[in-house]
Amino acid sequence: MAVDEPTKQAGSQPSEDAEAMALDRALTLDGNAVAGLLEEVFGWEITAQLTQCANCGHVAECGALLAFVGGPGTVLRCSVCKEVVVRIVRTDRATYVDARGASFFRLPVSPDI
Amino acid sequence: MSFARRIADAIGVRASGSPPRPPEWAPAPVESAAPRPTLEWQIATVTRIVPETARARTFTLQLPNRRPHRAGQHYDVRLTAPDGYQAQRSYSIASEPERAGEIDLTVELIPDGEVSSYMHGVLEPGDRIELRGPIGGYFVWQASQPEPLGLVAGGSGVVPLMAMLRHRAAASGRQPARLLYSSRTSDDVIYAAELARLPAAGDGAEVFQTLTRGAPEGWSGFTRRIDAEMLREVFAPLGSDVRIFVCGPTLLVESVADALVAMGVPAERIKTERFGPTGS
Repeated sequence: MAVDEPTKQAGSQPSEDAEAMALDRALTLDGNAVAGLLEEVFGWEITAQLTQCANCGHVAECGALLAFVGGPGTVLRCSVCKEVVVRIVRTDRATYVDARGASFFRLPVSPDI
Repeated sequence: MSFARRIADAIGVRASGSPPRPPEWAPAPVESAAPRPTLEWQIATVTRIVPETARARTFTLQLPNRRPHRAGQHYDVRLTAPDGYQAQRSYSIASEPERAGEIDLTVELIPDGEVSSYMHGVLEPGDRIELRGPIGGYFVWQASQPEPLGLVAGGSGVVPLMAMLRHRAAASGRQPARLLYSSRTSDDVIYAAELARLPAAGDGAEVFQTLTRGAPEGWSGFTRRIDAEMLREVFAPLGSDVRIFVCGPTLLVESVADALVAMGVPAERIKTERFGPTGS
């Protein structure tokens, strides 16, 4: 993840970074894995719909984004440049969606369009 | 008089554009349009539990509000503790959409898995469980798609692909279909009997298996991890128009997808479902 490398801690070893990256890689899911959450947020099934990465311009189906679910929120990254496309955090009272990494989402007016 | 016209008159200019449209609107329809189907949690009843392997069981569930699914979709299962703590996991649908009234979820027991250990250790026929679905429109296949179908599974990644093969059989699909399925040992092969019967139907479905941790006497399949050579051997005969679905542990899915792209399969014809670090 050249674009968004974790901040290096003082004294951290390259092998630890490599380990963290290997762990990140093993923990990667697809956007499809969080389709239920996305349907909750957008009110519609969108994993087969297109979105564009605001960083590199890559256009892909939302289900093809890379999903990371291990943190306090859900992070979806571009499969090409690895930059963050969407962050979704739920609290007891609300859901916060940070979608500044997407230049658009295609939301159909009815299913199967 | 409209607001725009009043402003236009006040500042002494003609409002541009055509005059206001006369009231020719249609009356409101008698009935409102069908509401959008919403993804709601519902309580299903377990009607049957079938062991597939030592670590995988199929749960047949009856849903009060069953929506038709497509092969490859999943359900979210949610458990709630008395103190309100909740755990939620996604499980692929194993049954074909043609089967009415019930769905099968095949669930692998993950050591320390909050939801799978409950489903394996506690759940019995007649019990109820909370779930929502079907979910996901990306990793789905329909028998009406005429292109050859390539399926690559690692471990319990075979579940959504089995739904595709069952759907293909139920819908009398005739496009060539090949499954390449990697398991650790022959005891870990989910749906072993059904997969063994599949080619005998003679409808163009073929099954290739590989075992990565030792094979029994007389094993005729592969005996190594899936690699580029194996992928070429299995999928090159399907031609360049093939659509490929890959499901399994993340690292397997990534190495398979990379090898397929290197083989010349366009990335947009490969759909992946990674299920994380488990099972590798």
